[in-house]
Amino acid sequence: MSSDPVLRLSRISKRFGPLRANDAISFDLKRGEVVALLGENGAGKTTLMNILFGHYVADEGTVEAFGRPLAPGDPRAALDAGIGMVHQHFTLADNMTVQENIALGTERLWRLRLDRTAARRRIAQLSADFGLAVDPTATVSTLSVGERQRVEILKALYREARILILDEPTAVLTPAETDALFRTLKLLVAKGLSIIFISHKLHEVMAVSDRVLVLRSGRLVGERETGATDRRELAALMVGQEVRPAEASPAKPGAPLLTLERVSTLPYNGAGLDAVSLTLAAGEITGLAGVSGNGQAALAALIAGIRRPTDGTISIAGQDMADWSPRAALAHGVARIPEDRHAVGSIGDMSVTENVIAERYRSARFSRMGFLNWKAARRFAEKLIADYDVKCPSPEARIRLLSGGNMQKLILGRALDPDPAVILASQPTRGLDVGAVAYVHRMLLEARDRGAAILLISEDLEEILAMSDRIVVMSKGRLSTPSLRGERSIRELGELMAGHDGERSDHAA
Amino acid sequence: MRLEPKPAPSLAITLLFPLAAIAATLALTSILVLAAGASPLSVFHLVAKGAAGSQFALLETLTRATPLIFTGLSIAVAFRARLWNIGAEAQLYIGGVVTVVLGTAALPLPSIVLIPVIMAAVMAAGALLLLGPAVLKTRFGVDEVVTTLLINFIVLLFVSMLLEGVLKDPMGLGWPQSQKVVAEAQLPRLIQGKRLHYGFVIALAAAVVVWVVMKKTVLGYEMRAVGHNPEGARFVGIPVNRTLMKTALLSGGLAALAGFSEVSGLKGNLTLDLSPGYGYTGIVVAMLAMLNPLGVIASAIFVAGIFVGADAMSRAARVPSYIADVMVATALLTMVVAILLTRFRIRWR
Amino acid sequence: MDALEILFTASFWVATIRIASPLIFATMGELICERAGVLNLGIEGIMTAGAFAGWFTVYSGGDLWAGLAVAALVGALFGLLHATLTVPLGLSQHVVGIGITLLATSLTYFTYRLALPEVTSPPKIEPFQPLPIPGLSSIPVLGEALFTQTPLTYLAFLTVAAVAWVLYRTPVGLAVRAVGENPSAVEAQGISVTGIRTGAVMVGSALMAVGGAFLTTSAFNSFFFQMINGRGWICIALVVFGSWRPGKALIGAILFAAFDAYQVRLQQISGGIVPYQVFLMMPYALSILALILVARRATYPKALMIPYQKGER
Repeated sequence: MSSDPVLRLSRISKRFGPLRANDAISFDLKRGEVVALLGENGAGKTTLMNILFGHYVADEGTVEAFGRPLAPGDPRAALDAGIGMVHQHFTLADNMTVQENIALGTERLWRLRLDRTAARRRIAQLSADFGLAVDPTATVSTLSVGERQRVEILKALYREARILILDEPTAVLTPAETDALFRTLKLLVAKGLSIIFISHKLHEVMAVSDRVLVLRSGRLVGERETGATDRRELAALMVGQEVRPAEASPAKPGAPLLTLERVSTLPYNGAGLDAVSLTLAAGEITGLAGVSGNGQAALAALIAGIRRPTDGTISIAGQDMADWSPRAALAHGVARIPEDRHAVGSIGDMSVTENVIAERYRSARFSRMGFLNWKAARRFAEKLIADYDVKCPSPEARIRLLSGGNMQKLILGRALDPDPAVILASQPTRGLDVGAVAYVHRMLLEARDRGAAILLISEDLEEILAMSDRIVVMSKGRLSTPSLRGERSIRELGELMAGHDGERSDHAA
Repeated sequence: MRLEPKPAPSLAITLLFPLAAIAATLALTSILVLAAGASPLSVFHLVAKGAAGSQFALLETLTRATPLIFTGLSIAVAFRARLWNIGAEAQLYIGGVVTVVLGTAALPLPSIVLIPVIMAAVMAAGALLLLGPAVLKTRFGVDEVVTTLLINFIVLLFVSMLLEGVLKDPMGLGWPQSQKVVAEAQLPRLIQGKRLHYGFVIALAAAVVVWVVMKKTVLGYEMRAVGHNPEGARFVGIPVNRTLMKTALLSGGLAALAGFSEVSGLKGNLTLDLSPGYGYTGIVVAMLAMLNPLGVIASAIFVAGIFVGADAMSRAARVPSYIADVMVATALLTMVVAILLTRFRIRWR
Repeated sequence: MDALEILFTASFWVATIRIASPLIFATMGELICERAGVLNLGIEGIMTAGAFAGWFTVYSGGDLWAGLAVAALVGALFGLLHATLTVPLGLSQHVVGIGITLLATSLTYFTYRLALPEVTSPPKIEPFQPLPIPGLSSIPVLGEALFTQTPLTYLAFLTVAAVAWVLYRTPVGLAVRAVGENPSAVEAQGISVTGIRTGAVMVGSALMAVGGAFLTTSAFNSFFFQMINGRGWICIALVVFGSWRPGKALIGAILFAAFDAYQVRLQQISGGIVPYQVFLMMPYALSILALILVARRATYPKALMIPYQKGER
């Protein structure tokens, strides 16, 4: 087996405006190796891989694949050189079949006829060889997340990839599916592929890689053989400083503040709710675990007020909420931190000031007789910016110019300022760096200690385990019974996430 | 190729790029002038002279600008909320119809009462006309661009029907035109003997009112939020559909006022050629003003000047007056590119 | 003759197919654009420009097919402008489309006035003559309607078949369908999103222009102002009505044309009690009705009207 590297990156640099996304990064990938690219959110891992695959062009530096220079900025060149990529957000056309997605772009564009039979045969062969079972005639929209990922891998194999890049592949998988993925990776390596595995999850990196490359703020700060390092060293390299994770003192749950009684909803970004019952008590954090698409989005939309139940009741502090809407939710002390801070949580082209009053612009504090009090609004924005240490050019700057972490701080500040009784936190730390994550956790814990009832929805099982006083698992629109901190093991939670009932019940009070 | 967001642009940049757009427009339309065998410099000079080179020209430009201010405001309001109102033409004609109906109904009211009454009725009619497509958009998800466009044709046929039927002027020698409205329903001239009328003043006032609404009121805030990000607006509790309805009412009402102003202030009666496309030109006026209500005043006068000047020019030179339409359409496209360039930098790698 | 008998006359069906032909071209054109994710509101202007270009080429001495080629070229150029502004620059497809309609229409009128400054009534050209297909054209009613049309009408039907074939059975059609659904899927497979969308919009716009040219070279025989008269907007409704599928859109175009042919004849036998404008309004009202009816079930191409930014920053 040749010891020449199959891939060599030399001094790759990339800037976006004032931001150095990648700073003179160099590394080699050897044949048959699994290299993990580790770093927290925003470290530059995805940018680097996008450069490798040709979505971006590096400002400086070169890439050599199999000893030959790789033409920059051209995904086709990367594909022809044997590089395949499974993107973090799947690149599949939902309305087309598996076969059509795999065949897309593989034949010369000007051919008069798609060769369906050859494609079908080849896909069946690859499926069998690599243990990636999938129905080629199925429409992608009907596939589960795990199946879609298999299609993405088949896409790369169909194009004879010898180097496979996987970007945060386990973010959307259950623990069991993650194990299956790792088995597939071992099989791929056995068949001669080399793999780059992007992740911010330390335990996965330790489990699956031969070598770890750690990125921080765009720079390569460490390269270790996996066998010769440990999680603590990697964490220190990733973050570069001592960051105390938020410490949770034991909870003292109080009165029920929000109760859902056998609530059902229509599907929303995945499954809808199916006769879900849940009670949130004051001074307690309830963590909702589950693979995305199983109803978390529907539950979040329901509590946020943007969806109404088709069945069942919502009550706040014992009072039935007949007319449910975002305004009703806000009026009854429900604070919402939405999953998508760009598309839903903020209005990108409006100023910071205009955004922070968005939930309370009709209150006497900010408006009178139909006219807005911009002076009071600006004062409020300045207060939030100071209290939450938000870095922004001015309160009049467009909010889309802020970094993800700073935007999330504003959304948090806006939500927590009225001292809410109930807090819905939906993926509140997604895409944030470790410092911002710790900050958000601290704020939520402080709110809990002040008596708020918090529902924390997260795809990150580690976050759920660290933060929650009790845990419920969502699967196919239904909730498991709750378990207190420490009661269930990760494996048990994983099985519930995958839908293996065990102790499913109607009532998770 | 990639677009990279620029930090908030300075005022200088915000003005520089639109001026560059106008310069580009002049350069591109010069090609057409050359094709017509004339000299661009002399043609543009004639256009400028015809637009503002004499008191007569200037007054004519302001007169032509009046309906454009109304339709420009209408579309600026609608586009801010991302309600694509391409039906301003129909709303304008409905305004004209209502003006004529009330203006010839021999209502025993003095001018000071009759005119506001007519204005209110006109605005209501225009509002209702746009309400239909707005409801179809929010209830049924039907794209309002197509519905408002199709309604333009329907309303024009409707007006033609009225003018040959119920509204026909018995003294009109058979032409399809309506009777003249009574003197109490006519907007007085601003200057004796000239065509500029009080509609211009009302238009200016309307622009100021719209500016106050957009910047300082709750409704303006809601409209802008819905236009920028309907999902985000819905999430924070802004009633998106109700806001779109209010936007439609306001936008339709403003466009209808253009019809009122032309009938009551300028022509006195309703004919099929009341509007040479003011509803569509209003789109250009609004975009050139970057949807700013006060800016609409300036861009309406500018666009009106082009049309008035081109009319005068084409009587002197051999260039068809349609050059004005080409200039206006080119200005629209160069303007949207210019606005993009004030907010984004183009990166080729 | 009463209202029902109209449906059984050959002339009604002949008129239906003839009225449908320009709609078929333009609807296929818009369908291709929207399948690729681009709403092309320039259709009305492009049809106007195509009508003029086709007519003017023949008036200046070219033959009819040359006229069509010039019309297609003109359409493709406007399509290129539209695509350049909306795809790599990501400008609002609504605003750009209206701008293109205004630009194409005004350029057409300007050029017409420049070329024929003194003309009061539009000059005529020799249009396509009906080309009966031997044998088939002698079938009663249907024979006249379907097989005694001009060559351009036959071409319209062939175009539908071609569009359907390319869209569903060729690699480039696969790419077009994918780019309107999820552009990042196309980019990840090494195909340029800008390239596919631009190509689709150019081809679609060329077809729209040919649809316009049909009116001057096959239906009427001269060019006059306002001749498109809202047909472009109607075709946008037809694309929705046909669920973005060529076959269904063809049926929609024929149904609509049948209605249009019907209202003309209904007007003739109604004896002037109902004002003629009411009849003329009906096609537009019908289009709105069709849009409402299918709106609930409409399965838009998912990436329609959403500009695409490369990479995943």
